[in-house]
Amino acid sequence: MSESAVAVTGLRREFGERSALEGVGFELSAGQSLVVLGPNGSGKTTLLRILATLLRPTGGQVRVLGAPLPAEAWKVRGRIGFLGHEPLLYRDLSGRENLRFQARLHGLGTEAAEWRIAELLTAVGMKRRADQRVAELSAGMRQRLAIARCVLHEPELLLLDEPDSNLDAEGREAARRLIGPGEGRTRVIVTHDPERFETEADQVLRLGVGERAVVS
Amino acid sequence: MTPTSLAFRAILGKDLRTELRTLQSLPAMALFAVTTFVIFRFGLDRTALSGSLASGVLWATLLFAAILGVNRLFVAEREEGGFDAIRLAPVDRTALFAAKAAALLVYLLVLEAIVVPVFAIFFLDSAAALPSLALVLVLADLGLAATGTLISSMAVHSRARDLLTPLVLLPLVVPLMIAATGASEPLLEMGGPSYERFGTWLAVLGLYDLIFLLVGYAVFDFLLED
Repeated sequence: MSESAVAVTGLRREFGERSALEGVGFELSAGQSLVVLGPNGSGKTTLLRILATLLRPTGGQVRVLGAPLPAEAWKVRGRIGFLGHEPLLYRDLSGRENLRFQARLHGLGTEAAEWRIAELLTAVGMKRRADQRVAELSAGMRQRLAIARCVLHEPELLLLDEPDSNLDAEGREAARRLIGPGEGRTRVIVTHDPERFETEADQVLRLGVGERAVVS
Repeated sequence: MTPTSLAFRAILGKDLRTELRTLQSLPAMALFAVTTFVIFRFGLDRTALSGSLASGVLWATLLFAAILGVNRLFVAEREEGGFDAIRLAPVDRTALFAAKAAALLVYLLVLEAIVVPVFAIFFLDSAAALPSLALVLVLADLGLAATGTLISSMAVHSRARDLLTPLVLLPLVVPLMIAATGASEPLLEMGGPSYERFGTWLAVLGLYDLIFLLVGYAVFDFLLED
């Protein structure tokens, strides 16, 4: 049997006195999608940031793409695509410049990067606005660029926090093509809109404030 | 080219391009320095300065102008998610330290290329000291860049970063400033530069640079952790 893409056991995360996550556990095989539900403050974003190696867990075991976190976080950076609340784009650079910057951070060669950037800008419908400064773009356009940034380096695992936020119908369709289940990537999706993702979910994790997490 | 050197070039290029486009740091630093020279010129009521007074005026002005740049060094990373973007990439995080220190070094060198000639016009009889002074400036800038980058990366997470940066940075750069003013003082003597203990002060500056570059390299990864 192949190793799980994501395996979490007894995960805890505390911020000072406050507990953000308590006893969270689930296992996700490669290519599967997990939808994470829960009210505000239930630790959904915290969970995603731990899986992305951006936060250290206070307790419990976390394995992502075969590497235990945080000890071997360096092994999985570059294999994860993270789409958070913030688009992680510099406002004073254009969309294309931001994607070039990300491509260099991920070690893509110039030619391969340019080809991939052009492909993604077309896919998210931002080709015509690619050279405009991010500060001048609408929230929806920034989200489209953020989706392009998230998949630029062809990650194996996608960690998506409200991926449809600010997107219009056309943007949602582009998102479905790039970060939808068709690409065969393992996905962890945080959402407040379970109906949107219910057909795509292999598992659902329900987090509560001060309650134990439930997987179904 | 290694992934770390690619990342270094990408971050440095991004910072310099952003500064060229927005002019958020350098004009403020240069304006501050020139204004301060004007205030000294009329405040001290002198048309020429020499020795320790000239050295003190130059370095106090450059240090406080540098703090304006240090304060803004990581603002984009903090406010626009650059820290996360870089932490998600498969690169050594010291590339960020090296790139930010290099960017600050470039800002300081450009600042000095603008304001040191103004200082010379306002206060010096001749420009004979300037070539040797350039060496002192470069060595002191390296130390300021290393220390400033380190402190800025810590202070940027605080809402009181504008207060915190000078409070922490100034005591740390006291040895650097002693060495920089010590090296500059004989160069700025009336009647032309002398080189008394010049080599010793340069060695102190070099040692300070080495220590803080190594400290930055050693601890920066931990500073980026949550």
